[in-house]
Amino acid sequence: MRLQAVDVKLGYGDRTIVDGLDLGIEAGTVTTIIGPNGCGKSTLLRALGRLLRPQGGEVLLDGKRIDRIPTREVAKILGVLPQAPTAPEGLTVADLVARGRHPHQTWYRQWSSDDEAAVGEALAMTGLADLAERPLDELSGGQRQRAWISMALAQGTDLLLLDEPTTFLDLAHQVEVLELVRHLHREASRTIVMVLHDLNLAARYADRLVAMRDGRVVAAGDPHEVLTEELMREVFELDAKIIADPVAGTPLVIPIGTHR
Amino acid sequence: MTATAVTPRPHGVQHRRLSVLLVLLGAVLIGVVLSITIGAKSVPPADAWHALTTPSGTENDIVIRSLRVPRTVLGVLAGLALGVAGALMQGHTRNPLADPGLLGVTQGAAFAMVASIILLGASSLLAYIWFGLAGALIASVGVFALGMVGGRGGPTPVTLALAGTAVSAFLYALTSAIVLLDEQAMDVFRFWQAGSIAARGSDVVWQVLPFILAGLLLAMVNAPGLNALSLGEDVARSLGQNIALTRTVGVTAVTLLSGASVAACGSLAFVGLIVPHLARPLSGTDHRWLLPYSGLIGAALLLLADVIGRVVAPPGELEVGVVLALLGAPFFVVLVRRRKPVRL
Repeated sequence: MRLQAVDVKLGYGDRTIVDGLDLGIEAGTVTTIIGPNGCGKSTLLRALGRLLRPQGGEVLLDGKRIDRIPTREVAKILGVLPQAPTAPEGLTVADLVARGRHPHQTWYRQWSSDDEAAVGEALAMTGLADLAERPLDELSGGQRQRAWISMALAQGTDLLLLDEPTTFLDLAHQVEVLELVRHLHREASRTIVMVLHDLNLAARYADRLVAMRDGRVVAAGDPHEVLTEELMREVFELDAKIIADPVAGTPLVIPIGTHR
Repeated sequence: MTATAVTPRPHGVQHRRLSVLLVLLGAVLIGVVLSITIGAKSVPPADAWHALTTPSGTENDIVIRSLRVPRTVLGVLAGLALGVAGALMQGHTRNPLADPGLLGVTQGAAFAMVASIILLGASSLLAYIWFGLAGALIASVGVFALGMVGGRGGPTPVTLALAGTAVSAFLYALTSAIVLLDEQAMDVFRFWQAGSIAARGSDVVWQVLPFILAGLLLAMVNAPGLNALSLGEDVARSLGQNIALTRTVGVTAVTLLSGASVAACGSLAFVGLIVPHLARPLSGTDHRWLLPYSGLIGAALLLLADVIGRVVAPPGELEVGVVLALLGAPFFVVLVRRRKPVRL
């Protein structure tokens, strides 16, 4: 188990969002957390990435309590990309990606050949090498998201947590980003945990789905087992039909609603 | 992955950054020469050199060594300090309109000075400056402590700005009340408020030097962390940066730098507001370059404004703070209109 939440209680101030939740992330898998708005999926991801300190319980990274490991050491093992990150105006792609090397640098040794190689590799892997000197704000949404993922890659961690990496992207760009995630998983056997809103894409790109509601895990496992018509009712309160995706064979959710 | 797919970072960038640094150093040097030679009594460069290297007690030697040199050194120190403090402040608050005065240092120094006059009978410049320095530091610590209330894991830019505004307003009210009652306090206050580096001896320079050096050192240490923070707190934390520590180091540096220069030279916080906007087009968003550029531009600007103030209204002088505001304000308007204000 690479990453584990044990009986965690999460919230902000007096507001508890998640209480008594257990979840384990196995090495080399792509896990996607789904659930309705406000169910606590982003909160859980933040806690897994030690961006949020649990009010109770603990998060274990490779079996050790994550809050007992120096944050800089964690940053060499685990990368987190929060939802809709913002960069200062004028920052170039290369500069953004270079900042991913932060945990490997000390204030007296700022730039090494390792850094150089990691940045070049991250740019190449995300297909951004040609755009390296362009300012981030001149890129399309999909390119920008790839640049951020590239920064997380340059960090050189084999564990990546992505919070809604496809928000604000059109379908083509969503697929572009998720194809990159799949590539990272298959080619470099990275362990990836992400939060996604689109259930059909989640089912297609994940090894394991975790469905949450009201701060609880309702179901977890293979997308075929998790994404059922009963679960859609229980978790999303939505009547839907599940058919097989004609392209990938994974479950495809067709909402019923009122129709003509 | 083939090696050809890897784009090395262009070395030209590094080269250009060093050249800019040299040019800015040159500008400061020119400012130093002008500041030593030009004034109510113009001293030819050869005589100035004579005064610096082999003084023999001539009138020029005395003018240079006891007046011009301390004034110039103080100008360089205060310019460096305010430029760096301004860039730090704008970086930490991610607000392009933030200036070091936001932490309450200006009003803290002002209040402590006038209070020391009426309560403790302080009467020398050196004493005023000590009290000003203490007031600036205490006000800033107070703002920092107030900014912590309610925030988790260190103060946030918003709580800091709110606390700073509240504390400044409160101290300003007290200062106003005192200077209305006490004539001597009023005199000290109005000259201090205009902002000047004149008529301060080398003892003042030695007084503020350790604070400014410590502040500059902390600022350099803070630069990489500030780069991480500029991507947002979550990203910075995920990159292994300790947010609370980074903020504390940054605020401490701003306090030392701006507290020392404000106490010695009066309110010149405008330098801290405007200089980072001049430095940013040259340095980009990297604070490891933005901070030194801002410091050097601040020093050059302060010296230049001081020299202008010496020659525009003979036989009198215009305070450097007045010149900076008169020249700087329209310039700042042009700057803001020409390029869109940069989002930080």
